[in-house]
Amino acid sequence: MSSTTDAVIQDLAAQKYKYGFTTEIEMEEFPKGLSPDIVRMISAKKGEPAWLLEWRLKAYEAWLKMEEPTWARIHHAPIAYQDLYYYAAPAKAAPKSLDEVDPELLRTYEKLGIPLNERAALAGVAVDAVFDSVSVATTFRDTLAKAGVIFCPISEAVREHPELVRKYLGSVVPAGDNYFAALNSAVFSDGSFVFIPKGVKCPMELSTYFRINARNTGQFERTLIIAEDGASVSYLEGCTAPMRDENQLHAAVVELVAMDDAKIKYSTVQNWYPGDADGKGGIYNFVTKRGACRGRNSKISWTQVETGSAITWKYPSCILQGEGSVGEFYSVAVTNGHQQADTGTKMIHIGKNTSSTIISKGISAGKSNNTYRGQVKILPGASGARNFTQCDSLLIGDQCGAHTVPYIENRNASAKVEHEATTSKIAEDQLFYCRSRGLSEEDAVGLIVNGFCKDVLKELPMEFAVEAQKLLAVSLEGSVG
Amino acid sequence: MLEIKNLHARIGDAEILKGVTLTIPDGEIHAIMGPNGAGKSTLSYVLSGRDGYEVTEGEAIYNGQNILEMEPEERAAAGLFLAFQYPVELPGVGNANFLRTALNAIRRSRGEEELDAVAFLKQARAAVKQLAMKEDFLKRNVNVGFSGGEKKRNEMLQMALLKPGLAILDETDSGLDIDALKIVAEGVNALRSEKFSALVITHYQRLLDHIVPDVVHVLANGKIVRSGNADLAKELEASGYVGLEAA
Amino acid sequence: MTALPTRKLEAWRFTDLRQISSTEFGAPPAMAAAPDLPDLPFPRFVFLNGTLNAALSTAFAYAKPFAPVREQGAQPMALINAANAKDGINIEVPDGVDAGEVLLISQASGATPFAFHPRHRVTLGQGAKLTIIEIDKGEGVYWQNALFDIDVAQGATLQHFRLQQESVEAFNITSIRARIAQAAAYEHFTLTLGAKLSRTEIEADLVGETALAHLNAAQLLGGAQHGDFTTIIRHKAPNCPSRQTVKSVLAGKARGVFQGKIEVDQIAQKTDGYQMSQALLLSPDAEMDIKPELQIFADDVKCSHGATIGALDEEQVFYLRSRGIPEADARQILIRAFLEEALEPVTHDASKAIFEDALESWWGKQ
Repeated sequence: MSSTTDAVIQDLAAQKYKYGFTTEIEMEEFPKGLSPDIVRMISAKKGEPAWLLEWRLKAYEAWLKMEEPTWARIHHAPIAYQDLYYYAAPAKAAPKSLDEVDPELLRTYEKLGIPLNERAALAGVAVDAVFDSVSVATTFRDTLAKAGVIFCPISEAVREHPELVRKYLGSVVPAGDNYFAALNSAVFSDGSFVFIPKGVKCPMELSTYFRINARNTGQFERTLIIAEDGASVSYLEGCTAPMRDENQLHAAVVELVAMDDAKIKYSTVQNWYPGDADGKGGIYNFVTKRGACRGRNSKISWTQVETGSAITWKYPSCILQGEGSVGEFYSVAVTNGHQQADTGTKMIHIGKNTSSTIISKGISAGKSNNTYRGQVKILPGASGARNFTQCDSLLIGDQCGAHTVPYIENRNASAKVEHEATTSKIAEDQLFYCRSRGLSEEDAVGLIVNGFCKDVLKELPMEFAVEAQKLLAVSLEGSVG
Repeated sequence: MLEIKNLHARIGDAEILKGVTLTIPDGEIHAIMGPNGAGKSTLSYVLSGRDGYEVTEGEAIYNGQNILEMEPEERAAAGLFLAFQYPVELPGVGNANFLRTALNAIRRSRGEEELDAVAFLKQARAAVKQLAMKEDFLKRNVNVGFSGGEKKRNEMLQMALLKPGLAILDETDSGLDIDALKIVAEGVNALRSEKFSALVITHYQRLLDHIVPDVVHVLANGKIVRSGNADLAKELEASGYVGLEAA
Repeated sequence: MTALPTRKLEAWRFTDLRQISSTEFGAPPAMAAAPDLPDLPFPRFVFLNGTLNAALSTAFAYAKPFAPVREQGAQPMALINAANAKDGINIEVPDGVDAGEVLLISQASGATPFAFHPRHRVTLGQGAKLTIIEIDKGEGVYWQNALFDIDVAQGATLQHFRLQQESVEAFNITSIRARIAQAAAYEHFTLTLGAKLSRTEIEADLVGETALAHLNAAQLLGGAQHGDFTTIIRHKAPNCPSRQTVKSVLAGKARGVFQGKIEVDQIAQKTDGYQMSQALLLSPDAEMDIKPELQIFADDVKCSHGATIGALDEEQVFYLRSRGIPEADARQILIRAFLEEALEPVTHDASKAIFEDALESWWGKQ
């Protein structure tokens, strides 16, 4: 590439993470380290019933016996689980209304561009904000309550709707599912709970913002969304964290359940702190997300834009059990600097005439590694099942890696599976064409990358799509190649 | 002679043909016109034996045999030829090999001697020349990478070689350009004889400018609602199908 | 003896060797005569139960005596082969020599289970040429665990065409390691019809500019057969093309596996990697598992893989039938057409005829 390009790379090498500020508020933390006592303390703090404490302790026992998975293409120093804090929360008692929320916290969310009150009203988005481990505010609860929708912190759902939580918690991702899910099950402190009753179309987009603030804190939120027969909901999730030198652990679990004709759309824009230019610091993002299409003609759609985190280990999946159910996975994963992403999906076809679509766009720049890992499994009973997978990788610069590891297993002759994958670089002629029309090289790359990701970005709700496009450009700053 | 008597057919739970009765004597060309959704394509598929269509009543007798009870290849051997609206692509299958296999299968079932490669190529080349096609046509894979016009030409080439007694041309809604229309028309007109008959299915009158039918039928809501001579097509072109559907 | 790999190893997740590990294999019995040797005017190596039969073989100018070598790698199958290898071809074609064709025949037969571990070495000097036509046949229960070390020097071309028609009670594991130098080519095609369980694993290292690896395969399996075709192509130099087309046709309870990994090193700019894997499932109990994999560390590359699994297209079947072709013939024509892309590079007439005959006999058995 041209020397001007090299200069641009130098200039932008130190990319700015604009969400990297910290918030100075009084925090309540439990002693660091993980033990049955810590699990009991978390449970007691939440005033949980005995069955949930039992469940947590079982998960803890399971976790102790498990080993950290090593199959992903990621490398990191051992995580010192006993040096982490497993519970951190703003010290003030949980707010009853927005007026009671610590103004410092509200300012934090404003800096992040999340309107908790008026702006929320204008945007018509109901927001649940999770700050470190606890949920601090949930807007629009009255409007939702009128429609019969429950949208609240999961800790509150445990108290207010114990029968629902008990019925569904761990029913999609069992407590001992994998190492990080087991850890989450033992120590999860909060997260969102959504219940859409029979026949209800949720009147607005639901949204959660997660933020890790406290030092040395792991964040272990747990989200549970249930859509009963004929219900539908669109749920958005955004994530940020301050810049810190040490790595912070995020191990969330998300479970979705869709009954007959129900539809759940789950969108994520993940912009955790990726670490600095030398690969120091950043979030370790080990997340288990899984949806169960239990009902006939149910549909679960995952859309993710992953631009942050030092390490992303995440495979939002669909279990297509109901006849005619549909699973979708649309993903953009951008890695730059020293980031490592190993992400993809699993589509497990169990029911007849189930179908799934996977569109994955990976962009690697800097010294990063970006892996698509996916599994499409057609079981013998899944007659007439269909899958289409397309995963494309784009490389920017010659220090990065792009990897594609799909597993395709078909045990039904009437099923049809198609998989396409390509890897390429940004075409010189495209870049030249844009630049000859007056675009800077940076803008040209942004434009081409956005075009490359279009099939995924168009799946995002409007207000997120704009944010995601900007994020892509920011994430790729200093990467032109 | 083809005699269709009170033909009823359904796809799944939906009854599409609700009692079609129609006779095409040898040597005649009949056209079926009608509004979208009248059942025109269904009629052609039922006659040629495609899966997914259930005949619930009626029969279709061609030269004394009820073709509805026959396999698709047996119908072809009996002299039926369906010109597809959208000819299927067969990657990896050479056109010449395909044509010879088909021709010999039909000859075999008729008790005729199979053609060796040389004799076949002689016939095929002659047909290719007559249809003003390029020689490499025979070497290419069946319909793969063919333009719309080339696919139609290929259908006509097959028809010329297989020499059917009854051709069914399904041109229901195809956006054929005028050149492609002419290809189909020339293909049919070249075979016109006392022993050849054809059923031309079309939505538009313009194809019938090139293949002048002896009889025009109007199919609406699964039944033949009107029959007449070639002028009926022109009348329909002017007035449309309004008023016929209720009939 | 080195233990057989288990499914816990990622490279073996789809192929379970417990059928082999649970069988007692003895030493190969003596075998004197070979039925139906191909009638081809080429020099030949005929191995009976793993031992070269001098009477049935003919002289080949570039053959060297079998020489066991110390195994450098850590792969279990290669280690097992090295520990047990007793015979194999050792060919060295000098610089600039076109050595023509050579037949490599393996026939096996015995009353009780036995195993043999051929270790073959093929070295082509600069600009040399050779075509190996390999045919593996047999009857009864046996395990052939073959290994090829192949070195293709600058500008040389090795064609390696294999017909694996082992006994349907037998096991065939064939490991091929090829090093391909600048402007050299290794063109491979395997047709897998036989064996109860088989795996062909090829590692091809493209170590010089514009080196070419062409690894094609077709497997037609029925009954409870298991066929695995696994490749790793390592692009270690710029401007190298690699091509792979793998077709599987699975009837009965057969299970097909394709694993194909393309690795592109940072230095290997302008790599052009293409891989296509397609499977036809002809019965409700058949299974296909595919794992194509790209690992890319260079930015100016063009790599793609595609995979499809499905049944025959009924629309195509109907089209053929509507032209008078009986259903069974129609299906055979379409399956043969499905295989065509994989067979295409076999431009060598005698080899092509062998494959066509073998396919004919496969249809006959279905």
